[in-house]
Amino acid sequence: MASPSTSPVDTTGAMIEMATPLADWVLVLPVALALMGAAALLALRQINKAPLIGALIIVGVIIACEVQLLLDVVANGPASMTMGKWFPPFGIALTADLFGATFALVASIVTFVVLIYAEADRAEADSKDAFHSQVLLLLAGVTGAFLTGDLFNLYVWFEVMLIASFGLLVQGSRPLQLDGAIKYGFLNFLATTLFLLSLGLTYGSVGTLNMADILLLAPSANPAAMAGIAALLLLAFGMKAAAFPVNAWLPASYHTPAPAVSALFAGLLTKIGVYALIRSLVAVLPGSRELLEPVIAALVIGTLLVAPLGAIAETNLRRAIGFFVIGGIGAAMVGLAIPSETGLAGSGLYIVHAILTMTALYMVVGVIEKVTGQTNTRKMGGLYAKHAPLSVLFLVLVLAAAGVPPFLGFWPKLLLLEASFADGVAGEGSWVGNWLLWSLLINAVLTLIAGTRLWAHVFWRNGPEGETSEHVSSTVLPLGKRGQIGLGAVGGLTVAIILLGLWPGPLMANIKQGAADIVDPSRYIAATNLAEDGK
Amino acid sequence: MDYILAGLVGLFIALGVYLLLSRSVIRMLIGMTIFGNGVNLLIFTSGRVTREVAPIVPWGQSVPEGVIANPLPQALILTAIVIGFSMFAFLLVLAFRAYQSLDADNTDTMRLAEPKDAPQPPLSY
Repeated sequence: MASPSTSPVDTTGAMIEMATPLADWVLVLPVALALMGAAALLALRQINKAPLIGALIIVGVIIACEVQLLLDVVANGPASMTMGKWFPPFGIALTADLFGATFALVASIVTFVVLIYAEADRAEADSKDAFHSQVLLLLAGVTGAFLTGDLFNLYVWFEVMLIASFGLLVQGSRPLQLDGAIKYGFLNFLATTLFLLSLGLTYGSVGTLNMADILLLAPSANPAAMAGIAALLLLAFGMKAAAFPVNAWLPASYHTPAPAVSALFAGLLTKIGVYALIRSLVAVLPGSRELLEPVIAALVIGTLLVAPLGAIAETNLRRAIGFFVIGGIGAAMVGLAIPSETGLAGSGLYIVHAILTMTALYMVVGVIEKVTGQTNTRKMGGLYAKHAPLSVLFLVLVLAAAGVPPFLGFWPKLLLLEASFADGVAGEGSWVGNWLLWSLLINAVLTLIAGTRLWAHVFWRNGPEGETSEHVSSTVLPLGKRGQIGLGAVGGLTVAIILLGLWPGPLMANIKQGAADIVDPSRYIAATNLAEDGK
Repeated sequence: MDYILAGLVGLFIALGVYLLLSRSVIRMLIGMTIFGNGVNLLIFTSGRVTREVAPIVPWGQSVPEGVIANPLPQALILTAIVIGFSMFAFLLVLAFRAYQSLDADNTDTMRLAEPKDAPQPPLSY
């Protein structure tokens, strides 16, 4: 009988015997740092200013790690690190391709800016609440979701994100926030439970939850069952992303917390839904996506057309911006309906653009609400004379959201239009491409109308609605020192949007390579060490 | 046994959805829990229900003796139960706080975030 210490079984095929290379740690460090940092800041929250400085340092290190990771992925293709020494599919893999690494980097940069902005914005900025550790927890969930290579792991990161967002949403616990949180909480929890339901069915059908492994095994599974699973995933992630028929929770909840929290949510949360949709439907279950294509196209067209109409009809400024966010989700989902390389590149670039622009929009709206003391556009007005820089920022961001040329929003829309043109008019003339082409154009026009209407009501008009005086409104408050910090943070993000719009080459090349990797997943599979098994 | 479990999963999910359609927040919470338990049961069933024993390796050997039950769904279900329970606990406290400060358990009367009598959108410009 063999002694317990020596193993007679050959485990070289199943276990990684050597130590993990040092370079691979950049994959897990962002998540680990954010989680540990959240715990540390919770302990340090009584010390004045320590949470802010600590959070800025930790997010800075996370950004450095992700820059390193992105450079690594650009140079060597997708990277993978497996936990607990087991080879996939047994060990849980963190896998980063160009899409995941880019989005994770943009998300952490945006979090850094929001942390600075929050100091200007939060009324209780000096209080000893757990704001900063919750932001780090949210970042941990978001980064984990972008970098994971395993569907069950994705579910866990979704829940980390969800519980952190619950905490941020009710911080301050005004009745308005509790009302919004109930709707947000139930619908998002329902969405993750539906996701879990589809995971159970996936495991029952193919016997694995590793994304690369499912990709290899799904073609031999029952196509009807896989299509059902894909439909459930579409519903679950569609709810997360606030796609058209299941978007009601977003305008009901995103305007209730502090503007900094709204900005963080708008930048990070819904984009995870779109990323998960692209990852699960296009990259992992391409066969089932084809069966669902008419449904997906209808959802995308609905989202593109309904959202800006909602923004036109809205008088609450932050709720109107919420509809902008939903419209952006529609555009980012176009790549799902047209999974060509151009279409996916357009979606990927749109996600980057939306993370930056929607966050900046909510931040600028936070400053507007601060100087007017109002949330309703009917009671605002006359801001143009008092705060000219604010009006310029708002207009620039609205134009960027609509996709007007000099800004970043133009390039993804161009790619998406190109893809739908190639699919519809120039290609086989499928209705999907034609309809998406027109929906994208109408969406841009309607967004422009909604945005400029808001701009006219808030800035151009002399005073609140019904005021007949030609004199400029006197109810506008001056921007304090804290307001200046907030404006500076928005300005920084806006400059980034303009610069990326003027010089999109490197980002575009990256995203196009990432889209190519999704269309042809051989590099992704090779990164997870599954290819040589011959499965 | 599989058929009984499949029927039970269907029953749980149907019951959960029915309760989630209610206006009362407490009923929705109970519906959410029942729905979640249906899903947990589904994960359990997805590992194939067998009469085999747990995969315990006997002393001195490196592989278990005989046929073993699949341990992975049980690990998945354990994670899902813990997460589901924590979410339930949070939503329960949230519902109680909302009841205290909004004086509402009925989602029809929870209209602070989306006021019912909102004015028409501005017609100028």
